[in-house]
Amino acid sequence: MKITRDEVLHVARLARLELGDEAVEQFAGQLADILDYVEILGQADTRGVEPTSHVLDLTNALRSDVPGEQLDRRRALANAPDKTSDSFLVPKVVG
Amino acid sequence: MELTRLTIHQARERLKNREISSRELTQAFLDRIQALDSGIGAFITVDAEGALKQAEAADRRIAGDDITPLSGIPLALKDLICTQGLRTTCASRVLADFIPPYDATVTAKLKTMGAVLLGKLNMDEFAMGSSTEHSAFHPTRNPWNRERIPGGSSGGSAAAVAADFCLAALGSDTGGSIRQPASHCGVVGLKPTYGRVSRFGLVAFASSLDQIGPLAKDIPDCALMLNAVAGYDPADSTSVDRAVPDFSANLDRPLDGLRIGLPREYYQSEGLDPDVAGALERALATLKELGAETVSISLPHTAQAVATYYVIAPCEASSNLARYDGVKYGYRDPRADELLAMYRQTRSTGFGPEVQRRILLGTYALSAGYYDAYYGKASQVRTLIRDDFTRAFGDCDLIASPVAPTPAFPMGANVDDPLEMYLADVFTLAANLAGIPGLSVPCGFSGEHLPIGMQLMGKPFDEATLLNVGHQFQQATDYHLVQPPL
Repeated sequence: MKITRDEVLHVARLARLELGDEAVEQFAGQLADILDYVEILGQADTRGVEPTSHVLDLTNALRSDVPGEQLDRRRALANAPDKTSDSFLVPKVVG
Repeated sequence: MELTRLTIHQARERLKNREISSRELTQAFLDRIQALDSGIGAFITVDAEGALKQAEAADRRIAGDDITPLSGIPLALKDLICTQGLRTTCASRVLADFIPPYDATVTAKLKTMGAVLLGKLNMDEFAMGSSTEHSAFHPTRNPWNRERIPGGSSGGSAAAVAADFCLAALGSDTGGSIRQPASHCGVVGLKPTYGRVSRFGLVAFASSLDQIGPLAKDIPDCALMLNAVAGYDPADSTSVDRAVPDFSANLDRPLDGLRIGLPREYYQSEGLDPDVAGALERALATLKELGAETVSISLPHTAQAVATYYVIAPCEASSNLARYDGVKYGYRDPRADELLAMYRQTRSTGFGPEVQRRILLGTYALSAGYYDAYYGKASQVRTLIRDDFTRAFGDCDLIASPVAPTPAFPMGANVDDPLEMYLADVFTLAANLAGIPGLSVPCGFSGEHLPIGMQLMGKPFDEATLLNVGHQFQQATDYHLVQPPL
């Protein structure tokens, strides 16, 4: 299987990663190797088999709609790379 | 005997009888870490001040006869378990300065019991790796041979327990990350059943597979640690509301008539090192002498397990790690002047290559046009793998196998070949896919005197049988008593 440069760049864009030329080449080769290996899944007969996304027999875990303990604003903002006293700051979004 | 060589149950007796204080015990570990960890690299953060304060508080409680099974016991945590006010890095540049505003549920439980937390242990970045070479800060070396990897991703936890830097540690296991380093470092490591231990405050890698568990010097200590952290937690909707037995209670049960399943596919696996095969053979002979029977079983979808895991885990990781965007917490690349560039530069400079590889792989497998072929197919094969175990447990009470196909490999050996490293997880990751518990117990040494572990896998929520068999094995053997040359 061949993963093209453009495919790696497309996936990197989806994943919000910025890759240099060397990284694109290297990841293209490694992803192709891994995806080639993954072809072995085709040997399993999965006709009519339900998928497992989770091993527990849980559907929904509901609780009463009562406010619990929460972080106050100061603690919620404590780790922000850039902030004011009451909000997160980010670089400009529209030009 | 040096204080740092004690087990939890031994230290506990001495603390209870006031022969030693927790402060004295804690200081002994801090001194040993100070003297020896520069050659091992097990810790990312040592919290000497906090540990001594906790020790003094524990001593006061002990003086008032307020004693729990972990009162004053010095422990350490893998650095992806949140500790309020104490840096939790996940061994990543992205979280290098992250100070959690709350404790993980397991952290809170240990603190409530009066345990002493010495610090935070090294790991592969975001728990992605099997060697602890993928830490953004420094690799961890194997205490048995410093040119070897300690295993991973909980390599710091396993090395710290093996090197007597703490009495026990917590790690996390997504595809073998507790059991494989435990095997490579000659300590006990348990991945509990999925849902047995709360994941609240565990930094997420692959949420349907991750589970927190103990690494310890022997089985009684492992049982004490599991007792401390197991149980339903309303803050984790995937923790299971189910009675937790006393895991220390049934360790002495005889093994007569117990049926141990041996998966044909595992023992016939290509690439199984002869030293590992030999150690397993002797371990099984010991278990038979103790009264157990062995039965041959089949896990027909073993050939697909690695591929299933390396689709599902990266898919979940690519989704979980989307949160590291440089906005609310964690690293932000300061050069970016607009939002999209900030996301991209932050993530590309913040994540190491193995993490970026898995994010790309997961994103690819989930992207339009590929979802059914990869994630959809892998999720169906996961059902078949679960069914294999359900069927196998009709014929046996537990399963015994190698943990890893080889003893610890040399540092640097698999850095450029990720697939090769992934293939070495073949015996451990099925337990995560099926959600069942798995225990690694030391069962021998290689020709080069590297530890070898035996894996015991059990029925869902039947950790008690694994611990019982592990303890009976340790009563009959002394592999867990051999010390690494430090």
